[in-house]
Amino acid sequence: MEINERREGDIVVLGPVGRLNNDTSPEFQSRLLGAVGAADARVLVDFSRVDYISSAGLRALMAASKASKAAGGRLAVTGLNPVVSEIFTISRFSYVVNVFETLAQALCALR
Amino acid sequence: MLIRFWGTRGSLPAPLNYRAVRAKVREALLIGLERGLQRAADVEAFIDRELAFAVRGTYGGNSSCVELVTGGDQFVLCDLGTGVREFGNNLLAKYGPARKYQFDVFLSHLHWDHIMGFPFFTPAFIPGNLIRIHGCHGAMREAFVRQQSDPCFPVDFRTLAATIEFVELKPGQRYDINGLSVMPMLQNHANDSYGYRFEHAGKTVVYSTDCEHKYQILDERYPFVEFFRGADVLIFDAMYSLADQISVKEDWGHSSNIVAVELAQLAGVKHLVMYHHEPIHDDRMIERILGETRRYDEISRTGAALTITSAYDGLEIAV
Repeated sequence: MEINERREGDIVVLGPVGRLNNDTSPEFQSRLLGAVGAADARVLVDFSRVDYISSAGLRALMAASKASKAAGGRLAVTGLNPVVSEIFTISRFSYVVNVFETLAQALCALR
Repeated sequence: MLIRFWGTRGSLPAPLNYRAVRAKVREALLIGLERGLQRAADVEAFIDRELAFAVRGTYGGNSSCVELVTGGDQFVLCDLGTGVREFGNNLLAKYGPARKYQFDVFLSHLHWDHIMGFPFFTPAFIPGNLIRIHGCHGAMREAFVRQQSDPCFPVDFRTLAATIEFVELKPGQRYDINGLSVMPMLQNHANDSYGYRFEHAGKTVVYSTDCEHKYQILDERYPFVEFFRGADVLIFDAMYSLADQISVKEDWGHSSNIVAVELAQLAGVKHLVMYHHEPIHDDRMIERILGETRRYDEISRTGAALTITSAYDGLEIAV
């Protein structure tokens, strides 16, 4: 799966592309866990190029959220398209993961 | 086959209180005023057509109990939660106490909410009735005896007049019980639980409650896909949201609507019935979750649409 990575100051921004499903979630999880693993890491996942996320992708995100908390870091997501946003609502992930409407808002909150 | 749901609530009974009933009456009256309801003759149609289920009815508060009507002489039940009290009373009102009844019960597990209706199951007090309780737990009798022991209950289990037998089944084996094909399957739950795949006259019903699905990758390799394969009806524990299931309520032994839809799609299930409702959810919330679950199927499916229902006490499904 294509996962773009860049830095905005101290914040790592990961940008997966396509569908987060059974095929792609293992790599997504591996990259996420790598990013949140360092102490106090601040990680933002930019979903603006993600079309769909299944339970496998959501579980990857939850694993990263737990790892981030354990390492004293912070994790947020942004750029949810309407379908992914609906899935976050249906699965109640919007209650357990920090979701921001825009990249700027997310970066501001993580700084 | 016909499925009757006598108890659909998870973990413990959750009856409506005065405020909840009053709120429903109030909302119904306000909608009636708004729609110009004036004649008594229009009331029934108004209730059925104009009011949401959460206003005109309730999902109910009895704990797990489902009846499978197969057309045979015996009565088939899954679990003995508080719903079985109403089942028993209904039966006696319909056929009378003189008839000799035979019951084949399939227990998912021995947790309290799945057996707590039995002390109030009137046919158990009548001599000549036969109650065979099938399950995969070795301690079935012990659980029932304990439940009806001093100081918890005044009527000792050993004094019940009906003949009560416990039949231990092995998971993964297929049994023929009075013409009903039954296969139990081990499920992930504290102290284990078991799902049952029932087949009769070319129709398949799977009863799978109190099971936490923890596999990250739900695909053909996941054993439950085969267990659910092609079911006409899948009764599925969808107690939590996915977020709760894999965070604060991880290892509590229950599953979610998201996992329910994905597994049902993979297995080619026709009708998914969400079951074992979270007791803190009111009727509005269960109705909202039903709508969201149908929407998730719409978003995620690649094949035919699933029929999705939220079970309620009193629901009947013809298979």
